[in-house]
Amino acid sequence: MKRISTYLMIAIGLLASITVAAAQDTLAQIKQRGTIIVGVKNDYKPWGFLDPSGKIVGMETDLVNDIANRIGVKAELVPVTAANRMEFLQQGRIDLVVATMGDTEARRKVVGMIEPNYYAGATNVLAPKSANLKKWEDLKDRKVCAVQGAYYNRRVSQLYSPEMVVFPSVPDALNALQGGNCVAFLFDDTLIVSTLAGGDSKWANYEMPLVSEDPQLWAMGVRLSDLDSPFGKLLKDISVEWHKSGKLIELEKKWGIKSSPYLQEEHKKLGGS
Amino acid sequence: MQGMADFFRWLADAHHINLTIFYDSVDQKRFLLGLYTTIWLSAVCIVMSILLGLVGAAMQGARSRIVRAGVQGFVQFFRNTPPLVQLAFFYFAVSTLLPTVSDGHGGRMPMINNTGWAVISFSLFAAAFNIEIFRSGIEAVPRSTVEAAEALGYSRTKAYVYVILPLAFRVCFPALGNNLVNLVKTTTLAYAIGVPELLYAAAQIWSEVLNVREMMWVLLITYIVILAALVFVLDRWERALRIPGYSA
Repeated sequence: MKRISTYLMIAIGLLASITVAAAQDTLAQIKQRGTIIVGVKNDYKPWGFLDPSGKIVGMETDLVNDIANRIGVKAELVPVTAANRMEFLQQGRIDLVVATMGDTEARRKVVGMIEPNYYAGATNVLAPKSANLKKWEDLKDRKVCAVQGAYYNRRVSQLYSPEMVVFPSVPDALNALQGGNCVAFLFDDTLIVSTLAGGDSKWANYEMPLVSEDPQLWAMGVRLSDLDSPFGKLLKDISVEWHKSGKLIELEKKWGIKSSPYLQEEHKKLGGS
Repeated sequence: MQGMADFFRWLADAHHINLTIFYDSVDQKRFLLGLYTTIWLSAVCIVMSILLGLVGAAMQGARSRIVRAGVQGFVQFFRNTPPLVQLAFFYFAVSTLLPTVSDGHGGRMPMINNTGWAVISFSLFAAAFNIEIFRSGIEAVPRSTVEAAEALGYSRTKAYVYVILPLAFRVCFPALGNNLVNLVKTTTLAYAIGVPELLYAAAQIWSEVLNVREMMWVLLITYIVILAALVFVLDRWERALRIPGYSA
């Protein structure tokens, strides 16, 4: 009995310490810890993917490392998916999300979106040339593979009513596409461009046949309570700096991403040289 | 109906308990399709796995050594590999080796789609266990009873169908029930290959509406209800089969 009560006390103590930690300022906590814990993608070339040695690299990882350097801490990367990143953030498992997250109205109720946004993507499909898709309406009643949690899934299924087959991650969906289980893979156009440009022979007979639709800004995400805290403010300043200095445009080039008009505009607007 | 939708909309606004499945028609349709798919998948797999189990158990007692070895191989393969791995193996590896059929739009698609593979995979997986479960029942039938049947002129097959199986079935019923309950829970794995069952529907909804907690509750309660119904049916069936004086 005594032992049980001891365990109970320890458990309560642990719980209490977690709550206290959560209440503390995130920036102070990151500095104290010496690491910033960031949720990133590991299946989304060239934003966040695994290099041959198994390390997560990509444009977003570069951004994360830049943030960590500016704060003067180490970056710890936690792979997240579209379906779990916001939960991880709310649970306090990560401090920040930099994971190709579209900045939508619905998400703003749950996640603090850092402005200015660091990228703008749009929706397209990857399809075999033999599928002969010409316009979005051609997708009607046909099987379209997608990845869970992407913001465009709902919009596309409502507008063009394809038969959606949604997978937990990008490789699963790409495999299903290769296996002929669906006629097209619905995704962000930057990933499709980089997949096609990768020179992999298995994509030789594939194309991005449609006109990209529904441009969507991407944002780094923090907990809502952090949006106006020192942490949130610092991130906003860093983001402005990225646009001004042309760092984003430079990284875009480095990772072979199709030049985005959004970045050019922001660069001019914020008075960069 | 409208009143209920309004209530849940109010619940979402005032208390942040966002159950879109009760007021958003898109999410509602998704959820109901998920519920239907889960029940359909479970029902088909239960029937298939019992039938395959009975056939397999009968073949285990066959005179031919090759047949017995075949059944044994089947049982070992499906019992000793994780169902999720089997599912992925069928869908991603085997599927591409099969001939393709027209998809009705001038293209080609694999002969068996994701739902088809889920049915095949889960039925075989559960059947492997059912074979062993039926074997345990068959071996519990006293040798003297079988001999008595033979003495009365029953052929091997007739003795199996009319004497051994009815007795064996009663002995192994609790174990069979366990396996079927497990089978229904295993259907959630079909989520990995995009079969629109309950977990898939819920994950679709929560990744868009961001109401993970609420949907977790909904999922849990829905499965409890589905499985309670199954257990109730199994229970009634077991009672109906009871022979006074035989077994417990």
